[in-house]
Amino acid sequence: VHELSLAQAIVDTTTRHADGRPLKSVTVRIGHLRQVVPDSLQFSWEVLTERGDLQGCALVIEEIPAVVACGECGAMTTLDMPILSCASCESFDVRLVSGEEFLIVSMDVVEV
Amino acid sequence: MGRFHLHADGTEHAHQEGDALGHEDSSHHDHHEHRAARPGDHEVGDHSGYPETGTTRISVLEDLLSENDRVADANGRALEAAGVRAVNLMSSPGAGKTTLLKRTLARLGDTMRIGILEGDIATSLDADALEGSGAAAMAVVNTSAGFGGECHLDAVMVRSGLSRLPLNDLELLVIENVGNLVCPAEFRVGEHAKAMVYAITEGEEKPFKYPVMFRAAEVVVVNKMDLLPHLDFDLDRFLSNVRAVNPSARVILASARTGEGVDEWCAWLRDA
Repeated sequence: VHELSLAQAIVDTTTRHADGRPLKSVTVRIGHLRQVVPDSLQFSWEVLTERGDLQGCALVIEEIPAVVACGECGAMTTLDMPILSCASCESFDVRLVSGEEFLIVSMDVVEV
Repeated sequence: MGRFHLHADGTEHAHQEGDALGHEDSSHHDHHEHRAARPGDHEVGDHSGYPETGTTRISVLEDLLSENDRVADANGRALEAAGVRAVNLMSSPGAGKTTLLKRTLARLGDTMRIGILEGDIATSLDADALEGSGAAAMAVVNTSAGFGGECHLDAVMVRSGLSRLPLNDLELLVIENVGNLVCPAEFRVGEHAKAMVYAITEGEEKPFKYPVMFRAAEVVVVNKMDLLPHLDFDLDRFLSNVRAVNPSARVILASARTGEGVDEWCAWLRDA
C-alpha cells in the first residue's frame, strides 16, 4: 500500500546523492519483515522515474530473508512466517539477525 | 561467500555471510557521505557483481526513510522541548480509535492537558466526533492532496499539525493515525511510543498478516471485548499470536463502549 511513498523516498534521497549526475541504477536492500511488495515498489518506481532527473534509472531490489538466532540453543532460523521463534527448540527467546533492512545501498552513475 | 565492507578510509575487508548482517547497517550508516567514486568498487552486499563499464558505483548506505526520520527527530525535539509526551495511535479502520479517545478524554481531560492530532484522508469526521469531549487542543491533518490520499501520517504531515497546536499548553499529545494496519507502522513521526487498537471482530490471525504493526506497538488495546460472547473469536489463540510476533507487547483487554479496560489504558497513557 505504501510502496509509492517508499519509491518517492528513494527518488528524493537518490536525487540528493546523485547531485545532477545521470544514474543507471539504484540498489536498495529490503528485509522480508518490512512488508514491501517488490513488484509494487518496482512499478511505483517506474511511474516516478518516467520523466525527470532519474528518467531511465533502474531499481535493483535485494531481498534479505528474516533470520533469528536462538538465545537458548543457538540455532539460526530463516523465517517463512513472521513468527519469532526457533525452529530447532521452539523457544521464543530469539534475537532478530536480519529481515528489517531498509537501506539504499548504492547507485551506479553513468560516466560522461 | 564473504561480504565486503568498504570503510571510510577506503579499506575493504570481508565478513563471513551471516556475521555481518545487522552489524553493517548500524556501523556503516554514518558513512553515507563517503563516496567510493572509484570504478569497479565492490560494494557492501553487492550481489549483482561489478558495475557495468562506463558506470561508477557510489555507496549511499542511507536508510530508505532517512528523510522522514530527520523530520521525525525534529518533531520529537519540539515535543520534548515543550514537555509533551506523544503517542502514535494506530489501527485498522473501524477498530475504535476515536471512541476510545472519547472515553480517554472523558477520563483524563480534567486532570491532564491533552492535545489530539487527527490524521484523516479527507474529512474531519473523527475530529468532529471528538469536539467538546475534553481535549485541550485539536488539529486535523488531511493526507489527501487532490485525488486519493496517503494511507498514513508521515513526519512532515505531523510537523504541519504540530505547528497548529499550542504545545506549551499540553502534557500529552495523542496522534490518531489514518486507519490502516500496514503503512502507519513504518513511518516514525516523532512520537515517544506507538500504541494500537485492535478490534476482536478482526479475527485471530492478523498479527501474522500485519507483523510490522504488531511489532511496532508497545501496547495493544484489544477492543470490543463486549462482543466476545457473540463471536467465534478465539481470544487465547489471538493473544498467543500477538506474543509470537511481539513478545514484549503489553495487551489491554478493553471495550470503548462499556468502559472495560479504559482505566488501565489511561494509566498507561499517563505514564507513557
